Amino acid sequence: MLEVEGLTVEVEGKEIIHDISLNVDVGETLVLFGPNGSGKTTLLMAIMGIPRYRVTKGRVVFKGQDITRLPVDERARLGMGILFQRPPVVRGIKTREMVKACLGDREDGYVIEQMAQRLNLVELLDREVNYGFSGGEVKRSELLQLMAQGPEFVLLDEPDSGVDLVNISLVGEMINELLQKDRMRTRTHSGLIITHAGHILDYVNTDKACVLLGGQIWCRGNPREILASIKSHGYEGCAVCQR
Amino acid sequence: MSEITRSKAANKRAERAREKTAPLGDDIDLAAYSQEAEEHPYEEDPSRLQPQAKERILEAGVVLDDYSQRSGTFLQVDHSIVHSKAGQEGLEVMSTVKALEEYPWLEDYWWRAVAVDADKFTAQAELHQNHGYFIRALPGVKAVQPIQACLYIAQHGLAQNVHNIVIAEEGSELHIITGCATAQVIEREGLHIGISEFYVKKGAKLTFTMIHNWAPKMAVRPRSGIIVEEGGIFLSNYISLKPVRTLQMYPTAQCIGENALVRFNSVLVASPGTTLDVGARAILGARGTRAEVISRAITTGGTIIARGHLVGQVTEVKGHLECRGLILSEEGKIHAIPELEGLVDGVDLSHEAAVGKIAEEEIEYLMARGLSRDQAVAAIVRGFLSVDIEGLPPQLEAELQRAVEFSEKELL
Repeated sequence: MLEVEGLTVEVEGKEIIHDISLNVDVGETLVLFGPNGSGKTTLLMAIMGIPRYRVTKGRVVFKGQDITRLPVDERARLGMGILFQRPPVVRGIKTREMVKACLGDREDGYVIEQMAQRLNLVELLDREVNYGFSGGEVKRSELLQLMAQGPEFVLLDEPDSGVDLVNISLVGEMINELLQKDRMRTRTHSGLIITHAGHILDYVNTDKACVLLGGQIWCRGNPREILASIKSHGYEGCAVCQR
Repeated sequence: MSEITRSKAANKRAERAREKTAPLGDDIDLAAYSQEAEEHPYEEDPSRLQPQAKERILEAGVVLDDYSQRSGTFLQVDHSIVHSKAGQEGLEVMSTVKALEEYPWLEDYWWRAVAVDADKFTAQAELHQNHGYFIRALPGVKAVQPIQACLYIAQHGLAQNVHNIVIAEEGSELHIITGCATAQVIEREGLHIGISEFYVKKGAKLTFTMIHNWAPKMAVRPRSGIIVEEGGIFLSNYISLKPVRTLQMYPTAQCIGENALVRFNSVLVASPGTTLDVGARAILGARGTRAEVISRAITTGGTIIARGHLVGQVTEVKGHLECRGLILSEEGKIHAIPELEGLVDGVDLSHEAAVGKIAEEEIEYLMARGLSRDQAVAAIVRGFLSVDIEGLPPQLEAELQRAVEFSEKELL
């Protein structure tokens, strides 16, 4: 479904991602580990097509189409969605309007209320998007928007950061729904999850993992094995690991 | 129009201020405008006005065809009262000239919230007054619907000098929608001087929504003062989306009673050739008083000066200024001038101002949800201008929407 081929990305003239290749098949979830500053967010933003993250080499192929030069909105309309780690505050636009915009033609007030209820976000619907939201509220509001958008491919940037223990299982549940984890043979949704600490993996099953260090993929493997290794040796351990 | 006998002192002070240039705003040559206007007949049924005039007036929020949604209507065209009627027991709507004849005590309110010699415009309003509205809610009376007032200029080159007085007596509630408009002739020049004095008595609540629908060559100089007593609430909404050559105003609210509250909201759009110099000042003179001044300004090529001034004179007062400005063109300019003045300790005054173009990050955020760039910009601009104002007729909301879409087109 998604193929990243030899991707090099720079931000404000500085190269952050160096020659990365990865692929995610239909129905698959890839988890990307990495310490702060390793380039995880940059990679995600480049896949989504945010202009500040400039692809200088390589290409991104989505559903068989080269989307490397496609604007962000066209990628979204092709079926790509993103949970931003730190989305901007948009004054003047209520969360409800944002969710409506995500629903597009399927706009349905009832559905919005229902989804918001499940995410404990009903009171936030009439507040301006992300204005004065807590860390956890931001994540849940992002998920609400994604649920409304219903993308086939979901990019999740640190969905577990800033989320308290009460809400993390809820966040996990929603991600499982986005990724159609209840289906086996008929699953068509795929995803790429970034996590620094890996908490979300207690709630969401993933198929494969890689570790990003210094803008390069350092290793690939089984998500649980890699997480266990990071937990016992830290990312410093990864850096000296030569396996 | 009959000249009314007034305090000679006020008249003298006005005489002395005849040439006094206003501290803010471009100077205006008063002699360039005519003081004489043709009389317009009184209309028992204002829906019989010319359709074009009604349309312009409607765009300023004043409904003349169906006033079941209004507790009273006042309509002045040039220097003539064309309609004036209160539709609820305990509410009064009439010309200030008539009110002065009827209520000798009104002298005590005349030039109390605004100084007669503030500048040549206040002086002109004293020396050549052409009516204006008197609206009053008797003690404890709560207006069911808004009262609407319209000041309309039909004659080219006219100076319209009105003096309005609004009194919300103890425990009363009033909502006024004032629309000011000119006939829609592009060359129409004119000067509107509007003195407005508001008196909000103990425990009363006054919501004042003013919509300006002027013309590109008009000069406008409102001069407003508000006095709020204990527990009184004054809420002002000001909207100016249409081109106007020059408009300058700086209403001042004095909170003289404990726990009085004032809030000023303004939404301003300046297209090329328009200069808006709009502010609001609140003097927090009693314990527990609060003020909020919030403005949203968009330029598509014109100049906006957004001022705000909070004065904390005693302890335990709270005030906040907020100005947000969007520049949607290379030519436009927004100048935010917030002032905070704390005169004792224990005042809590704050301000925040942000002026710039739409953040690219916000556009991209919306685009990541599937909106095109144009849709994203439009949504942000619309959201920026969205104001929750109770009592706005649907036509006016549509008008607001049209103005916003027009701004979008200019940009895109």
